[in-house]
Amino acid sequence: MAQLEEVSIEQFKHLVSERALTGETMLLNMGPQHPSTHGVLRLLLELDGEIVVNCIPDVGFLHTGIEKNMEAKTYQKAEVMTDRLDYMNPMGNNLAYVMAVEKLVDVDVPVRAQALRVILVELQRIASHLVWLGTSGLDLAAMSMFLYCFREREQILDIFELVSGQRMMTTYIRPGGVWRDVPVEFEQAVRDFIKIFPKRIDEYESLLTKNPLFIDRMVDIGYLSKETALSYGVTGPVLRASGVDWDLRKARPYSGYDQYEFNVPTRTEGDTYARYLVRIQEMRESLKIVEQAMNKLPMGPVRSDNRKFVPPPRSEIGVSMEALIHHFKLWTEGFPAPKASIYSAVESPRGELGVFLEGDGGPKPLRVHMRTPSFDNLAVLTQIVKGHLVADLVAILASIDIVLGDIDR
Amino acid sequence: MDKKLEPIVKAVQNKFGATFEEFRGEAHLFVKPEQIVDALTLLRDEQNFELLSALTAVDYFPQEAPRFHVVYQLTSLAKNLSVQLRVPVNGSSPKVPTAAGVFASANWRERELLDMFGIEFDGHPDPRRLLMPDETEGHPLRKDFPLGYEEPQFTFNFDDIDLRKPYAKE
Repeated sequence: MAQLEEVSIEQFKHLVSERALTGETMLLNMGPQHPSTHGVLRLLLELDGEIVVNCIPDVGFLHTGIEKNMEAKTYQKAEVMTDRLDYMNPMGNNLAYVMAVEKLVDVDVPVRAQALRVILVELQRIASHLVWLGTSGLDLAAMSMFLYCFREREQILDIFELVSGQRMMTTYIRPGGVWRDVPVEFEQAVRDFIKIFPKRIDEYESLLTKNPLFIDRMVDIGYLSKETALSYGVTGPVLRASGVDWDLRKARPYSGYDQYEFNVPTRTEGDTYARYLVRIQEMRESLKIVEQAMNKLPMGPVRSDNRKFVPPPRSEIGVSMEALIHHFKLWTEGFPAPKASIYSAVESPRGELGVFLEGDGGPKPLRVHMRTPSFDNLAVLTQIVKGHLVADLVAILASIDIVLGDIDR
Repeated sequence: MDKKLEPIVKAVQNKFGATFEEFRGEAHLFVKPEQIVDALTLLRDEQNFELLSALTAVDYFPQEAPRFHVVYQLTSLAKNLSVQLRVPVNGSSPKVPTAAGVFASANWRERELLDMFGIEFDGHPDPRRLLMPDETEGHPLRKDFPLGYEEPQFTFNFDDIDLRKPYAKE
């Protein structure tokens, strides 16, 4: 363990203004253990009274070496690491990684599996936005929001438990399809959710959207221009709230998103309130997608029958020698992937979740890089908090919806 | 490869003499380290690639020349296209000019690469480690950096191993 050294201003000299060196402005640590930083994020603030002059994010407290660990595992086994990246969006991470593997080795996915993936990923998006809504409400002293949001989120997590046996670390979506078909109770559980949720969103909105206190705290706070957003690589709802109509589900439809009708909500204001409105609207759109996918859910297999990449069903292993060999080979050695690299991206609740995957001809990836949306979305924070109050910083940080597991990997 | 991508690939090839590879419809262009800033500027200003989606690196250890590839994944929102630039760098003192002046997102991404791969970015405005503590030795994502493990303790060697375990002691 390193000895704790006294921190001197010398270390931050190149980051802060001249005024901090003379003591005119104050340097203040916010975090790493602070309830409003949504995880272990340290912000070094330079304050003039209560006004933020500069904000220097310090990340890495949650760095767990996920990319390095994935390189040491076979393609199937590395998938469990992806759940732990953005722990508010495990299904979406599974999908991003699995789609990258499928693209690299070229496996087709049956239509039923694609529809199931869409349903689960959209439910996950709603669950993730609910956590955002609950916690950002909490940050702005709307405590009841937190309880309401987590009530609905629990219902979604119950659906995940039903299909995968896990509430959060699901690993349900697998290369070539999904783990196994959904149980019969699934349909009713999702239908129940579809039925109650629109009313619940109305409830949230009646509490917040026109609440004068809430509007005072949100409107014209943390303005992010279109140009800055693009230069900083900001994606997702934050980019759409700055007036850029870019959603990978629409722009480059994957997993059958082109069959569903939905809108991509955008705003042009670019402030904290616009980001709030975009996400609320996104929950409604996600629900529309879930409903359409449930209505159209085709019957059929949920896993590709390409035995070189996808394990055979249990029923075959007992009767077929080839199935047994395939099963054994796939779980001991894994499947080989070509010596090439691909980049594949999906729209996560936070933005573009990209996976850069390079194979070396063997069963383990040579390099896995997760292009995580929170990383770039946080980098822009310095630009948008300048000149605001510390209390506004909390609102802005909540509105960009970062997940530290996603940033530090 | 997308038809709309062909003229863009041609433009980069003509200007920088870049070699070109294609895999599953993705275009990968190889440029030299000293050309990367110009290539990114050209793609951003003339071809509408306004988003630097990803900036990462690959380590081909034990191969030394080139040992690393620095990968720039660019997205054009207006044209809905993607293109990848790759910069091969040698293993001894890997150095690439910084792209932070072209895309602001490169700032943190390059700090991450400095941290994880030890690739230096010339002219970077804030060259500090991003994720690992400042006093870390080595660069974790290099292939010659061990993954690390914990020694399993048994009754006969429990105390031996406990002594050299790196956790905080009283």
